[in-house]
Amino acid sequence: MLEITVNNTIHQLDIEPDTPLLWVVRDELKLKGTKFGCGLAQCGACTVHLDGKAIRSCVTPVSAVAGRSITTIEGISPSSERSTANPSAQLHVLQEAWIEQQVPQCGYCQSGQIMSAAALLEANPKPSDDDIDRVMTGNVCRCGMYGRIRKAIHSASAKLEHRTPKAIEIDIAPTTSDREQETSNG
Amino acid sequence: MGKWTRRAFLTTGALVGGGLIVGVAIRPGHRTPKLAEVIENEGETLINAWVKILPDNSIKVIVPHAEMGQGVHTVLPMMLADEMDADWKSVSMEQAPAHDEYATHDIVREFALPGKAPGIVEDTLKGVTLTLAQKLGLQITGGSFSVRGTGAWSMRTAGAAARELLVNAAADQWGVSSDQIRVENSYLYHDQSNRSAPFSALAEAAAKVQGPTQPTLKSPDQFKIMGKHVERFDIPSKVDGSAMFGVDVDLPNMKYACVKCAPVFGSTISSVDSSDAETMNGVIKVVNLGAGVGVIAERYWQAKKALDKVKIIYSQPEIQASNSANMFTQFGQAMDAALANGDEEDDYKIGNARSILSSANEVIEAEYRVPHLAHSTMEPMNCTAWAHLGQLEIWAGLQNPLGIRNLLAEEFDFERDKIVINNVYLGGGFGRRAMDDYPIQAAKLALALPGIPVKMIWSREEDTQQDFYRPAVMSRFKASLDSSGKPEAWENQFVDKHEPVEAPTLPYSIANQYIHYVNSPTHIRFGPWRSVDHTQHAFFTESFIDELAAKAGIDPYQYRYDLLSNDIRTRTVLEAAAKMSDWGKLMPEGWGQGIALHRSFNTIVAEVVDVDMSNGKPRVVKVFCAADPGYAMCRDGFIAQMESGIIYGLTAAMYGEITIENGAVVESNFHNYKMLRMNESPDIEVEIINSGTDTLGGGGEPGTPPIAPALTNAIFAINGKRIRQLPVSKHV
Repeated sequence: MLEITVNNTIHQLDIEPDTPLLWVVRDELKLKGTKFGCGLAQCGACTVHLDGKAIRSCVTPVSAVAGRSITTIEGISPSSERSTANPSAQLHVLQEAWIEQQVPQCGYCQSGQIMSAAALLEANPKPSDDDIDRVMTGNVCRCGMYGRIRKAIHSASAKLEHRTPKAIEIDIAPTTSDREQETSNG
Repeated sequence: MGKWTRRAFLTTGALVGGGLIVGVAIRPGHRTPKLAEVIENEGETLINAWVKILPDNSIKVIVPHAEMGQGVHTVLPMMLADEMDADWKSVSMEQAPAHDEYATHDIVREFALPGKAPGIVEDTLKGVTLTLAQKLGLQITGGSFSVRGTGAWSMRTAGAAARELLVNAAADQWGVSSDQIRVENSYLYHDQSNRSAPFSALAEAAAKVQGPTQPTLKSPDQFKIMGKHVERFDIPSKVDGSAMFGVDVDLPNMKYACVKCAPVFGSTISSVDSSDAETMNGVIKVVNLGAGVGVIAERYWQAKKALDKVKIIYSQPEIQASNSANMFTQFGQAMDAALANGDEEDDYKIGNARSILSSANEVIEAEYRVPHLAHSTMEPMNCTAWAHLGQLEIWAGLQNPLGIRNLLAEEFDFERDKIVINNVYLGGGFGRRAMDDYPIQAAKLALALPGIPVKMIWSREEDTQQDFYRPAVMSRFKASLDSSGKPEAWENQFVDKHEPVEAPTLPYSIANQYIHYVNSPTHIRFGPWRSVDHTQHAFFTESFIDELAAKAGIDPYQYRYDLLSNDIRTRTVLEAAAKMSDWGKLMPEGWGQGIALHRSFNTIVAEVVDVDMSNGKPRVVKVFCAADPGYAMCRDGFIAQMESGIIYGLTAAMYGEITIENGAVVESNFHNYKMLRMNESPDIEVEIINSGTDTLGGGGEPGTPPIAPALTNAIFAINGKRIRQLPVSKHV
């Protein structure tokens, strides 16, 4: 038995350990948003997050991620990356930007595009065009919507600026009792 | 409507529970050459549109085309809703299933209240309409046709007809003249008596009103929805992973299959040794498909691993040219022979090009080549099939669901109504998903495992190597110039002609032209590839005209402009592209511009590219695209199609090459069949010219043809090197 956490839910799996994570997510867990494109880590359609970092699930054996935390496109929506401009929104700030810019055409690559972009923004909330090139060049879009993807990432990044970064929230000198509270909570 | 009216059939009916359904079926007949690319059977097809007004005053538009990203599920309802003066916020759509009901007017019977179908419905249910509807081709999505065909003729008519029925019903009920009724946002108003009613309140009455024979369509100044920016219906589901593509189909007790077909087209299986595979975990069955093998297993990965262990020996088919180089030799020989024997197939002839060329002081000659290309949709071919309850049920993304249904019925000897097609979103089409090979394979697998649904998924390798390819093509030119440098004679010979027929013709005024071809088939199977023949011919003709401009010593934009004095509409597009790109502007060392112009699917597109070759390799920095589709019904959707067509064409121009060796395709995946990616993607600016709704053009394909010659013309402008063979990456 293998144990993996996907979108904060723990799953016990009885499956051949060399099965790529892609097929586990899609066929065992029925999360169909992650797509099969090439099987060789060449196109990025299968991108998911492993402990917050973008990986290609089509070449990742499920055994390699045992005990670790996976996020798929289905798990990204109710995340902390919601736009503060629209805090009640159910979508990730990138998903909102994708709709605003009318990015998808056939849409097949877009889960992977959004997952790559989300990992980029997590690491670099204000990416330059070069930063976007570096990260997003791993994701093929046959409908050629690269220009719109770039615009949508910049637009999402601009919205994130309005949000108070997490790190600063923690640094705003808490009272001693708050500190003790945190410590006692472990 | 003009000549269409006599061939249009309108039906109306009352919905169960109140409400109105209006349908329009149009039989274009064979007098319209523009329909050629979607006509599949005996020169006839039908285009249907249906609209339902529901009791809550919402409106549902039934769209007979597949969504593959071109936005058809949104733009067609826009066209219908605008004519109807419907409230866009209450409009939704559903895709017509591939059932006879949608190919005929039977849908009215299904929805109509028993015994309440109005007389007009009964008339149209019988006779000629029903017979015609049995033809193939109704639901084909291709040929950049949906808007200019289904939308222009059928959707708008259905919307206008529904509006007229409602207006007449309101006029009857209120005892006023119909021309005093105003319609806005799904409400009918009689301002003089201060009365109003939602569509739904009059829907049932409208179903009983005699339908208009010639509904009046709006003029562009009356458009409220058409031509505006509207968010696409399908996009929200495509950002949260919930959109259902073929590969996402999931059925109870479903099994998975992987297939491997003979690498050389035309060969079949001589022997299969599946003994190792059959003992592997999860394997259920190994199926001989004739030209390949399928393994069915409990899980996809089990099927894939087992397939690798199947030992297959294929027959060696007789093939003429077994590699790409030999194919071009074959083409050259066929062209030479046609000239020597005088058995050219004439394509277009005006004046006497041959005799002028034979006496010309100087003849400019050039030979161009393009390689085979694969479609490489992001979603590899896949199909789920289930043989159960005496029927064969199919789930797949299909560009031609009704055609596939008929083919499956024929292939497996089923009654047509026992083949059930469920069409889902296409993860890219580009022509590939108009083909029937993958549904047939899935059906074979399912029939080998009766009662159990089987999902077949191709590997990327299979998808690349078992495509229907844009053909490799060779094209030769001869031209002579008059004293002012303009072409006086133009001769063009090429191999193989498919569709559309006008692809090799020029927009330019040249008095003497002879365009001819020779057929020189290879064993590589042909498929329609985004813009079909236009993709190669635009590269050929727009490169060679550029060569003539250089020979004449005239600026390539000016040269084209001067040859378009008889076609102001086309010249306006060319001029717009030049203007937006600031043609002739000062550029850094190693930079340059190229221009190209091509009309396809009734849309005229001119593109200018700014190219940076300062480090030796071409980098397309910016593309300026001016396009005249007559009228862009969905502004942003049309712009998106131009952007997409440009990147698709630029990918092919830069990198696209399917190589044949030992009869088989060499390339297998994205590492050796290279795609343009984010870091190489140019900025694209699109300008739409709405010259008039009389001749609507398509959107899905016309952006593709001009980009390759615009790029190679820019390279010539930079370094004087004329690239006559694609892809560019191999020849700079």
